[in-house]
Amino acid sequence: MRVPLSWLGEFVDLEPGTTPEDVHAALVSVGLEEEEIHRFDLTGPIVVGEVLSIEPEAQTNGKTINWCQVRVAPGDEVAADGGPAVHGIVCGAHNFAVGDKVVVTLPGAVLPGPFPIAPRKTYGHVSDGMIASARELGLGDEHDGILRLAALGLDAPVGTDAIALLGLDDSAVEINVTPDRGYAFSIRGVAREYAHATGATFRDPALAVTPAPSSVEFVVTIDDQAPIRSRIGASVFVTRAVRGVDPTRPSPAWLIARLKLAGIRSISLIVDVTNYVMIELGQPIHAYDLDALAGGLTVRRAATGEKLTTLDDVTRTLSPEDLLITDGSGPIGLAGVMGGQTTEIGAATTNVLVEAANFDPVSIARTARRHKLPSEASRRFERGVDPAVAAVAAARVVQLLVELAGGVADDLGSLHDATPATEPIFLPTGFISGLIGLEYTGEEVRTSLAEIGASLQETEGGLSVTAPSWRPDLTDKWTLAEEVARIVGYDRIPSVLPVAPPGRGLTRSQVLRRQVAQTLAAAGHTEVLAYPFVAEKANNLFGAPAGPVVPQMRVANPLDGEAPFLRTSILPGLLQIAHRNRSRGLTDLAIFEQGQVFRPLAGAVYGSAVVPPGAVRPSAHLEAELNAGIPPQPFSVGVVLTGNAVRQQPGRPAVAAGWQDALAAVQQVALATGVAIQVRQGSHQAMHPGRTAELFVTTDAGAASVGFAGELLPAIARGFDLPAVVAVAEIDLSVVFARAGAELQATPIRTMPAATQDLSLVVDVVVPAGEVLEAVIAGSGSLLDHAELVDDYRGAGIPSGRKSLTFALRFRAADRTLTAAEASDAKLAGVAVAAARFGATLRE
Amino acid sequence: MSDPTEISEEVVSAAVTAALTAISTAADSAALRVVRTEHAGDASPLARLNALMRTVPNDRKAAAGKLVGQARGRVSQALAAREAEIGEAEARAQLAAETVDVTAAASAWRPGARHPLSLLQERVADVFVGMGWEVAEGPELESEWFNFDALNFDEDHPARAMQDTFFVDPPEAHLVLRTHTSPVQMRALLSRELPVYVVSPGRVFRTDELDATHTPVFHQIEGIAVDKGLTMAHLRGTLDHFVKAMFGPEAKVRLRPNYFPFTEPSAELDLWHPTFKEGARWIEWGGCGMVNANVLRSAGIDPEVYSGFAFGVGVERALMFRNDVKDMHDMVEGDVRFSQQYGMTV
Repeated sequence: MRVPLSWLGEFVDLEPGTTPEDVHAALVSVGLEEEEIHRFDLTGPIVVGEVLSIEPEAQTNGKTINWCQVRVAPGDEVAADGGPAVHGIVCGAHNFAVGDKVVVTLPGAVLPGPFPIAPRKTYGHVSDGMIASARELGLGDEHDGILRLAALGLDAPVGTDAIALLGLDDSAVEINVTPDRGYAFSIRGVAREYAHATGATFRDPALAVTPAPSSVEFVVTIDDQAPIRSRIGASVFVTRAVRGVDPTRPSPAWLIARLKLAGIRSISLIVDVTNYVMIELGQPIHAYDLDALAGGLTVRRAATGEKLTTLDDVTRTLSPEDLLITDGSGPIGLAGVMGGQTTEIGAATTNVLVEAANFDPVSIARTARRHKLPSEASRRFERGVDPAVAAVAAARVVQLLVELAGGVADDLGSLHDATPATEPIFLPTGFISGLIGLEYTGEEVRTSLAEIGASLQETEGGLSVTAPSWRPDLTDKWTLAEEVARIVGYDRIPSVLPVAPPGRGLTRSQVLRRQVAQTLAAAGHTEVLAYPFVAEKANNLFGAPAGPVVPQMRVANPLDGEAPFLRTSILPGLLQIAHRNRSRGLTDLAIFEQGQVFRPLAGAVYGSAVVPPGAVRPSAHLEAELNAGIPPQPFSVGVVLTGNAVRQQPGRPAVAAGWQDALAAVQQVALATGVAIQVRQGSHQAMHPGRTAELFVTTDAGAASVGFAGELLPAIARGFDLPAVVAVAEIDLSVVFARAGAELQATPIRTMPAATQDLSLVVDVVVPAGEVLEAVIAGSGSLLDHAELVDDYRGAGIPSGRKSLTFALRFRAADRTLTAAEASDAKLAGVAVAAARFGATLRE
Repeated sequence: MSDPTEISEEVVSAAVTAALTAISTAADSAALRVVRTEHAGDASPLARLNALMRTVPNDRKAAAGKLVGQARGRVSQALAAREAEIGEAEARAQLAAETVDVTAAASAWRPGARHPLSLLQERVADVFVGMGWEVAEGPELESEWFNFDALNFDEDHPARAMQDTFFVDPPEAHLVLRTHTSPVQMRALLSRELPVYVVSPGRVFRTDELDATHTPVFHQIEGIAVDKGLTMAHLRGTLDHFVKAMFGPEAKVRLRPNYFPFTEPSAELDLWHPTFKEGARWIEWGGCGMVNANVLRSAGIDPEVYSGFAFGVGVERALMFRNDVKDMHDMVEGDVRFSQQYGMTV
């Protein structure tokens, strides 16, 4: 909503010198958020001039220009630019004659653009200024020549300041109107709010005009056979006729300027007047060419397939929910949204029927949305228009058409008003103080509510409050509390810190997620946050190892049609981000993301057919149904590495990232969560067949798969525009976290001297080293303190198809120094198990 | 040197002088080892003189012994002194030779980083956990009832249109990507015993195209408290404490009337941000208010008995004004340089 200051000042006292910034600050304090400030960006000298002579001069380029002498100051006086009283000006327009009063921008003036005016040599003359068009002044979009004051019905002495004359010295504040404050979509409403903010006197423009009853009934039928949410489409419908309007009369300059500042283009006097009244009172007005109407009006819902060509020249197919204005010819308007072409006000219209109605907000909102037709009218109806202002607004239009357009108020008209009575709200004494935490006096409460226009009655234990007709949003005592709190001022509310009951801190899952992220970051991975939108084939590739098609959810209205599915895996987003980094020259990457993935179960149907109403707790059954309708969204962590894991540095060669780095990340997650993650040779459709680990945790029901790690298939890496070697890991954290939190039973630390021994075992190359190590550990018994793989050797001295695995073993007893023989016996017991399980032999 | 035949002062003195000269000119520990053998070893002149003690008559034995003993003492002292001197010099030389360029350290470790949006959410959560609040969470793909109806959004509220909210197929299933973290508040009210004091950080979704100030996927932190006797003064007190914990003792909150479906009265939350590099200023940060009676009713809570307050702030917005991030693209594109500026702290 844009509010010209001169207009605002008609209904509320503005201190002299009040700036748009002052008005903004005042309105913000009562809840109308500030947006921009609008001005006519021009500065003088811009004056009224009289054309003394016109000499047409044909030019070689085919154009004819006019060399004009224009009087810009009376007699021999110095002109406003310090120059002579008569200026020579070159003008390319031809729509004026000697003796016309025009607007002259003198040297030194600046027009919107900015376009500074200076004497300028052109067509063989020095043009000492410019004769301005309405467009150049920022007043309109007219292309047809310069602005003649007579065309605006204006006259003024030569030399008069044209900026003030045309209302171009005005400015407007723009405010954001929240959905509950429909009345602030009018100068009337904003003036009232300004009065609340400043205490200035408010003069209600709705009381300035008294609607006269019409003596000849114009027949209007409200016939809503299909009310939406049981609300009749039109509760108020007022018509008034005006005859004998002079269609040649121009809109006055002040009206054009105000509309322009309010964001509305001047069209014709009749249309401008309807818009003017809408801005002033907040009541959308529709004007019909009375002579084009076929009989009376009927308000009804559209029939399926019915059509209407609206003012914007679009033929629309209507929905049975659309509310229509019809006459004998059929539909002539989309009620409250946009009129139709057939009864449009035209250049020859002299008899006008004015309509001021109150339409159901929901009906208008749905129609405006359905036809993508947000209009000044629909925007107001959607938020609610004061039902009591319709008759006033119609009378105000009539008044202006009589005053400005030479029309005559006609006896023809109608008044339908089925507005339900406003139910009073009981406001218990002390309720507002108790809710806000500030002791308001009874006087403060009563004054605040009276100020917003409510009527009050003392009742047992409180007040009976009837909201004003323009405040349909005031429906209960809580809404009244907001009014009192904001009128008295939110800045008066004290600051009191409440004491919450003792909390239990973060949940295990919350703590573990932080630790996973901290650990991966500390180990050299960089956290990124990808959008969860992916292509179906990316989900199929990474979503689950089970099959080629993964159950997944599709966004019905995606922003990116290429990626309409919700991720079932973290990896596609990471791979895309890896590519983006590489394209920016960042080739050595270790990135991770932790977040929710969307994993619907195969065959399950999600969602709910019905949505329970608000303001009442759903039954336990319904609540369970809603929850069951939501697909699983477990937490997952993904890691992607490519390029070098260690960069080349002085004395240290580069080390390429590979599958080992992915497995290291897995172990970092295991460390962070305290849950052992086992690694087995595995396979996955997206992964290198020889470089893939399946990851497991031990559960009561056996080993549970939690993800995979290794290197991508080179072809898939290339598909993401990445190098052939890309190491990845993904772990389903929800499963890991479920295993976390067991209280560790500590092993006593042995302090007796240790005996270390190396062990080299020869096994078939296909035997996993990890499993050989497990066998050695299992066999070596309780004296074994520590064991690790230190070498994997193949080649000379080892039979083909076999490999030599060397383990470093450390033996230690709890209570004595071990003998070499004891250690050797334990080692050999380990060898025996490895031999039994894998045919391992001691290396000679 | 010919073998001395008797112990005389001249001979002893000459041997000592020769030894001291040799000791003082030994340049390193190897040379000193040679000198030690020559002048203090078994075959050194002083050792041989000492061997002559057997031949010295008894009446001169004491004097001769003293002469030779003192001479040997002087030599061995000089040797020890020189040895220490050389040892120290050689240790110094060794350390000097081991000098490295510490600005060119090679490391197998590469720096990682957290995303500042994650860290900021954790910081905010910590402030509230410190006040005894708990952190509540919920699904990102949410039922329309939790996201809208339960929160007093009318079925015709414009936010429910597909131009603002992501629906999943089929739309008749009424599943949406949550447009705010408020459904978590409703879940907390439904599942927890009263009183409830929870914050819910998380990812939310709206159908805005990505530009410098908008992203379809962003983060919010909301808080809700429902208890007996909670007032708007408690809301202000909570917010004041919160912003001081986040932005220092000079930070404060300003409330301006506004409208939200889920609160009544409602307020815009402005933050006095004292640490901005171009000077302290007011920043619009979020919304807040007293929990709408209909929201309490949706959770089966009697608004005549309980009251509550709620607030919500944008995490991206906080990062923008707090850390002077000028373009949303930097937060969402995953360029590692963005996170790496922050490292492990925000």
